[in-house]
This record gives sequence, structure tokens and C-alpha cells, in this order.
Amino acid sequence: MKSIVYIDHFKGEVQPASWEALGVAKSLGTAMAVALGTDLQAIAKQAFEFGADEVLLAEDPALQDYRAEPYAATLSALVASATPDAVLFPTTSRTRELAAMIAIDLKTGVLVDLIGLKSEGDKLIATRPIYEGKLMEQVTCSTKPVIVTLRARAFPRPARNEAASGTAGKTEVKTEALTTVEGYEVAEQTVNVADAGVIVSGGRGVSNNPSLTPPAGMDEKQAEIWRAHEGFKLVGELANVLGGAVGASRAAVDGGYIPYSHQVGQTGKVVAPDLYIACGISGAIQHIVGIRSAKLVVAINKDPDAPIFKVARFGVVGDLFQVVPALTEAFKKKLGK
Amino acid sequence: MKIVACIKQVPDSEAKVTASGGQISWGEAPLVINPFDEYAVEGALLQKEAVGGTVTALCIGPEAGKEALKHALAMGADDTILVSDPALNALDTQGAAQVLAAAIKKIGGVDMVMFGRQTLDDGSGLTAAQTARVLGWPMLGLVGHIKADGGSVTVSRVIEEGRQNVKANLPAVLSIVQSIGEPRYPSFMGIRKAAKATIPVWSLTDVGATAPAPSVTRSELITPPSREVVVDIIKGDSPAAIADQLADKILAEKVL
Ligand SMILES: Cc1cc2nc3c(=O)[nH]c(=O)nc-3n(C[C@H](O)[C@H](O)[C@H](O)COP(=O)(O)OP(=O)(O)OC[C@H]3O[C@@H](n4cnc5c(N)ncnc54)[C@H](O)[C@@H]3O)c2cc1C
Ligand SMILES: Nc1ncnc2c1ncn2[C@@H]1O[C@H](COP(=O)(O)O)[C@@H](O)[C@H]1O
Repeated sequence: MKSIVYIDHFKGEVQPASWEALGVAKSLGTAMAVALGTDLQAIAKQAFEFGADEVLLAEDPALQDYRAEPYAATLSALVASATPDAVLFPTTSRTRELAAMIAIDLKTGVLVDLIGLKSEGDKLIATRPIYEGKLMEQVTCSTKPVIVTLRARAFPRPARNEAASGTAGKTEVKTEALTTVEGYEVAEQTVNVADAGVIVSGGRGVSNNPSLTPPAGMDEKQAEIWRAHEGFKLVGELANVLGGAVGASRAAVDGGYIPYSHQVGQTGKVVAPDLYIACGISGAIQHIVGIRSAKLVVAINKDPDAPIFKVARFGVVGDLFQVVPALTEAFKKKLGK
Repeated sequence: MKIVACIKQVPDSEAKVTASGGQISWGEAPLVINPFDEYAVEGALLQKEAVGGTVTALCIGPEAGKEALKHALAMGADDTILVSDPALNALDTQGAAQVLAAAIKKIGGVDMVMFGRQTLDDGSGLTAAQTARVLGWPMLGLVGHIKADGGSVTVSRVIEEGRQNVKANLPAVLSIVQSIGEPRYPSFMGIRKAAKATIPVWSLTDVGATAPAPSVTRSELITPPSREVVVDIIKGDSPAAIADQLADKILAEKVL
């Protein structure tokens, strides 16, 4: 089977799930990696290292920023002329859109956010969670090429061979755009909780440390946010020692403690870390549906009846302001940091 | 400004969903407006308040879809359309996009179409971009803030890396996320208006479309094995003692 793999990146920084998609393509047959943007040579080199048989680049100033229309048009034209059996994407904010649009251009269908993919003859059978993970379905696409997006961390990342290299080809660029990018407000740290191996999350509980005195002159809401930021510092320090990302409940996001991109759950991100530590999170169903695929869940909550303990493997009933820093210290020692 | 909000009806997220004999069931649980689509309606109402105009809620679905449309009316939408046709039972997202695009053209003079991010049932977060593509309109995905004036719109898109601010000419398609603001509760007046409303129903012929053949079909439903976890509550004399034990137990699971 011949596949095209879309390498998703932001300003040259590749979303690592792209390499997982490349690994899946290789297991199905031959893999051509494609990347769109400017200055893509470093990405091309990485694609060879992760096993691409061929690499094709669309480089043009018009593609400097991700924009739906020129990206979709360029990709559709490339796929139409290369006639692969399948086009594989990692699932990210950009690729859901791109996969959706090229399916319309190419009169085919998309199998989206998959956690399993196998071939039977020349047919691809995909598995995906539905109804918030309460069920799974197997789906197929009767038209070619089959377009799929693969959930981050659901497939193994292929080994990297730093010695591998090759010459990337060029492809024609479609520059017609319907939008202009006015700018970015880039977060201090990019957070893709969907791709993190360890997540330490904070909830409403991080905002109520009674032993802190907020600076004078703050109103009640400002004081609450100040307390919450102090609380999230503790969460962040634990995440740091474990090399993980910081997540949050919706109550923490709605409270203005942390940006929406950190939110885990139904209206936030679905995550699949090896370790998820919930601090001061009650465990509402809408939060739990986001962490069903976590391998090990740990909960720290002062309420022994909090529903989060029903889905946690290890729990501590206690004050997070004492337990979280103590856990950070314990890991520092044990991990030799 | 003429704004359309596309909404769907889904089982409540508290529902226990089960599969048997290839059929999905959610027991007695109520059907509700897809939670993400409440943000689409909220975004549409905020725009209407900012620049004037009308909000039409649009749904493809069976009779039951009328309840979702009534919820939108109660929130403040001006009118509603249900596209309902037995031929639409096996739509995939590509097909839904074709039918929505045809209905939007039929409504006529539309400036902005608001979608939710994803449907909670078998949703895939594809329909908005596919509808935009069929219409040939700009796609502004994952929008957390909107500023429209006259012929153009500037939005702030919530992406993994932060925010991307993008401008496009109208008409345009937007998908709306939670950062837009909490969806308003239906007002008392709104609920009364909704209760009395008759929802116009369009057939495929009314829309002027033919039933698209699906590319994507389900071959099997699987009930995931339930993961019964029994929590091991770690106790100790001090936070340090608890943390020491907990760290050892986590390390023993070899997840780091
Ligand atoms: C349509 C819809 C979509 C939603 N989507 C999401 C979503 O995507 N993600 C999400 O998270 N929620 C979502 N929610 C909200 C969800 O229902 C809950 O309201 C939310 O998850 C609660 O967040 P929380 O656990 O941080 O806050 P709370 O429920 O208030 O819990 C705070 C917890 O902190 C504990 N605590 C307090 N102080 C301490 C302390 N010092 N030490 C230890 N523990 C402490 C308390 O015991 C309590 O259990 C959604 C709701 C709806 C209706
Ligand atoms: N049957 C439908 N009727 C109207 N709008 C829909 C329908 N299905 C999906 N949508 C819209 O498309 C968005 C994305 O849906 P999906 O691609 O199915 O996840 C939803 O949030 C709705 O705004």
C-alpha cells in the first residue's frame, strides 16, 4: 500500500504524532512524507530519519503561516497527482481541517482520530472511540484515497536513524488564499496536552490555599486568581520534574487561572498520557471522558468521596498544597534531579 | 448581518451508552443540543448583539432535532429550520456538508455560518471545514473571539501553540470553541416563545439536493472492556512520608 504522510508543524516545530503516522504508513507499505511551509530542509531530514521512503516539500512564502485554503489546495493537487491509497495525518487542530477539506476536493471520506488501523487486502479498517469513549466503532471508507487522522500516542513512534538522509523533492504550490494572518499570541510554552507522556493537572482546588496572603489592594477575584497562579506553580514544578505538561479542569480555565489550551475533558482535549496526576479536581464525568486512555491515574484531593478516586489507581486524601510539593521533592531525589 | 448556527441533537453526556446487535442505545437519557453547538449559538447571538441582524438555527436530523432547535430559539435565535428526510439516515460528514451547504444557499444572503467544534455522539470535527469547502467560503476554525465589521471578520483561533489572529472577507464559516464565553441560559420569554413555535421542516427536495452516498460506513460496534480500578489510598504520618511511598508506587508501575 502506498501512503502519503502529512508532517504537521508550527514554525518548523513538528507535532511528534506526525512520526507515529509515518510509522503506521511504513507498516502498511511505502511512505511519502510531505511538508508545507518555508525553510523545510530540517523537517525533510527528520522525515528521512524516521523512515520516509520519499519526501516532498511545498515551500513558498504564501505558505509561511498555516492557512486552510492554500494548504488544502496544495495538498489536494499533490495527492491527486501522486495517487496514493491512503493519506495519513496526525490528529491536530490544523489537520482535522485539512483532512476534512481535501476529502471534499478529492471526493472521498475521512476516518478521523483513530486509535487503531489495519489493512485487509487493499482495504483499511479503522477503530475509533465514539460517544466520548463509551463505545468504539470500526469504520471503512469505500472511496480512494482513504484519508485518516491518527490520535497522538495511540501508535508507536518509530525508531529514529540519525544516519538516514535523502534528497527531498519539490511540489507545485497553490497560493490562492481567503484569509490573512494578522499575528499570533503565542503561549510561553506550547502545550499540546494531547501529546504529553505525563500530565499533572490542577482544578478549582489549586486556588484556595488559606496560608497565602495576597498582595494588598486586590479585590476578591484578583486574589483568587493570584492564589490559583501560586497553586499552579506547585503543579508546574511537579510536571517539570516528571518532564510532563500541565493540564487543567474546566473550573480552573473558567476561573481564569490558566488558558483554555490546557483544559482536559469533553470540551477541552482528550489525552492519553502514561501518567495523569489530578490535583484538586473532583472528577466530573466531563473531565473523566478526557482521561479514559491514561495508563495510570493518580488523584490528590482532600475530599475522600470525590469521584476522581473511582477512576484513580493511587490516591491521597489530603491537602494538595502539602502533598504536591512533597511529591516534587520525593521525585527529585528518586530521579536524581 | 444574517447568521446561521448549525446544531445537532445528541444524547446527554451523562447517559450510559450501550451497543447491541449493531444498534446504539442510550436508554431513557434525554437528547440535548450538542454541548459544543451551544457555543455556536452563543457566538451567533454575540455577533447579532454587536452588529445587528438575525440568527437562524439549522439542523439536519429526525423530528427529535426540533428540541435542539427549540433550545436555540429559547436562547435567542430568531428562526429555525429542520432538514429532515428519510433519505438522510446514513449521512457521513461529507454528505452532511453537502446538505448543509445546499440549505445555506437556499436560505440565501448568509454572511456567517457558525458551527460547533465537534459532535459528541460519533462526531469527528470535520463538518464545518467540509461545508466551507463545498461553499468555497473561508474557513475560520476553533474561534475563541470574533470581531466583525461590514464586509470582513477578524477572529482569534485557539491552536496548540496559543492564538492565531486571522482576517477574512464575508461570507465565512466559523467553528466556535469554549473561549467565546458561557452559553446563555434560555430566558423565560425565550422558553415561552420556543414552546409555541412551529419549526419549519425542509425535505431534500425543498433544499434542492440529492441524498449523497456515504463513503464512510461503520462495520462494527465494540463495547470497550470496562476498566474496574480499585484505588489504593496512600496513608502516612506526614506529607513527606506519603509522597515517598506514592513516588515509589508510581515508579514501580514503570510509566516514567
Ligand atoms: C457541557 C459541559 C462540558 C464540560 N466540559 C468539561 C471539560 O472539558 N473539562 C472539565 O474539566 N470539566 C468540564 N465540565 C465541567 C465539569 O462538569 C466540572 O464542573 C469541572 O470539571 C469541575 O472542575 P474541578 O474538579 O476543578 O472543580 P470542583 O468540582 O469544584 O472540584 C474541586 C476539587 O478540589 C478539591 N480540593 C479543594 N481544595 C483542595 C485542597 N487544598 N487539596 C486537595 N483538594 C482540594 C475539592 O475536594 C474538590 O473535589 C463541563 C461541563 C459541562 C456541562
Ligand atoms: N446533522 C447536523 N445538523 C446540523 N449541524 C450539524 C449536523 N452534524 C454536525 N453539525 C455541525 O457540525 C459540527 C461538527 O460536527 P462533526 O463534524 O460531526 O463533529 C457540529 O458541532 C455542528 O455545528
